[in-house]
Amino acid sequence: MSEKKLLATRAGYGQGLLDLAEEHDDFVVLEGDLGHATGSLAFGKKYPERYIEAGIAEQNEVGMASGIAYTGWVPFVTSFAIFTAGRACEIVRNAVGFNHMNVKLVGSHSGVTPAADGGTHMCVEDIAWMKAIPEMVVLSPCDYNQTRLLVKKMYEYDGFVYMRTSREPVAQITTMEDDIEIGKAQILREGNDLTIASTGIMTTFVMEAAEILAKEGIECAVLNYHTVKPLDETTLLEHVRKTGNLLTVEEHNVHGGFTESCAGALLGKVGKIRFDHVAVEDRFGETGNRLSLFPVFGLDTESIVRKARNLVRKEE
Amino acid sequence: MKEWYKEWKKLAVEMRKKILMMCSEANSGHPGGALSCVEILIVLLEKVMKYESPEDPNRDRFIFSKGHAVPALYAYLLEKGYFEPEEIHTFRKYGTRLQGHPIKEKCPFTDFNPGSLGQGVSAATGMALGYKMKNDPRNVYVLIGDGESDEGIVWEAASAAAHYHLDQLTYIVDLNAVQLDGTTAEIMNLGDLKKRYEAIGFLADEINGHDFEELVKAFEHHEEGKPHVILAHTIKGKGVSYMEGNCEWHGKAPNAEQLAIALKELEESSHE
Repeated sequence: MSEKKLLATRAGYGQGLLDLAEEHDDFVVLEGDLGHATGSLAFGKKYPERYIEAGIAEQNEVGMASGIAYTGWVPFVTSFAIFTAGRACEIVRNAVGFNHMNVKLVGSHSGVTPAADGGTHMCVEDIAWMKAIPEMVVLSPCDYNQTRLLVKKMYEYDGFVYMRTSREPVAQITTMEDDIEIGKAQILREGNDLTIASTGIMTTFVMEAAEILAKEGIECAVLNYHTVKPLDETTLLEHVRKTGNLLTVEEHNVHGGFTESCAGALLGKVGKIRFDHVAVEDRFGETGNRLSLFPVFGLDTESIVRKARNLVRKEE
Repeated sequence: MKEWYKEWKKLAVEMRKKILMMCSEANSGHPGGALSCVEILIVLLEKVMKYESPEDPNRDRFIFSKGHAVPALYAYLLEKGYFEPEEIHTFRKYGTRLQGHPIKEKCPFTDFNPGSLGQGVSAATGMALGYKMKNDPRNVYVLIGDGESDEGIVWEAASAAAHYHLDQLTYIVDLNAVQLDGTTAEIMNLGDLKKRYEAIGFLADEINGHDFEELVKAFEHHEEGKPHVILAHTIKGKGVSYMEGNCEWHGKAPNAEQLAIALKELEESSHE
């Protein structure tokens, strides 16, 4: 199932667009002068007539996408997460959301992994911004293959969707044969000792952690939430009721992120459980490389293992 | 004066009365900027835009980007029978088709839900680009406020319109020179809009936005490969003496007494 080669989800997005173009010619891609970085340029080179350069003007990029969608095209809007979801947030809300336009929004370089660029580019708020918009679907795939598959799923979905991707190459833990669907968590591993619910590329580290924990006799269920909204509450509740605990893992600020979505889903529906999270603890990023920064932010495999062990300990 | 201009002049007076009546009854709304764009709307909907009906899927597109001034469009639609006469009493009330800002599912000739200023300009530009990429020659019109032109997205969109040579796209700027808190010169000076648009690559016309003949002529202007902007100088609160040029009437409704004065003035002007 797993492959050794490391690949980034942003590259999966680029390949997903090329896959989609094999079957459909009624979609266009807008880019905010970051095609070399977001993965969209491969599509632009092959299909220049359907590749729209919007310049460094993300608000207008999103606004134009709304108008383009009205003419019948399915537009994919691409930039960095900090700009698509952040800078253009209110344009997404009104020109796309309130207008109910069939626009697909993609924000690459999400989370803390664009670390070399520094804190301005490290977007740990995009899930919060996007999930707060009524009717918005929020996707956060874990690896290259899953991103490729989700490009097709978001095209097929009738409505506006946001997908966050990452610049960081990670292990492949899913396959192109996986049967995934928007709004349904993917169960990557079953276990009776601990439920780990994870989203985005952190899931690849969760799978490493689960291997380590298994060797210690701790069997984890790993739920991969490629869809943060709508949240698959059924799968979450099923597992949490069984294990009596939950560890959520995300490369996003703990405020407004996936952890809060899970907490909200459990509220009033389960009795006392042990609950912890691996997330960004309400801080901005700073320059560094990913390997040096992940431990700083507590977003590494070791942190996942440590918090998992604490949760399954019998004593309070 | 051509015969239809006389008809349009009557229509303008009736529309202005309805704008004031609906704002007064709702005790809210934006009469000033609605009164300034009446002639622009009449020329657009009566002469310029090509359509068989509002539902005609092939019709020209229109975005009322300065959406707060929508009582002007509602007044037109009431006058022309697209809305039932009694619907004037529902303006800004729950369940109405006459929302505070127009909604495309509820209001004829509304191709975008505006309200957040500047976004309609961006969407209109995208629409024109989308149609161009489909080799669909239909025209896209967007009505913009001068205060709205403070928004950066307007200029991002204008750059894209010129960059992509969207000659089926027309911006109409209602230059009434007054915004919510004061004159545009006081709040945020726009400079020479004609020069700004021409520098970006637009075909630009500067006209009197209350003069039917000048409006008709300006809309006939076209240059291949260039988007078109019509800079229409108007008077905020046009037709009501105490509202003209006064920012206090940007977003305030007249009370019953004020309404009576305004209606009387408008009635008198129709006999001139």
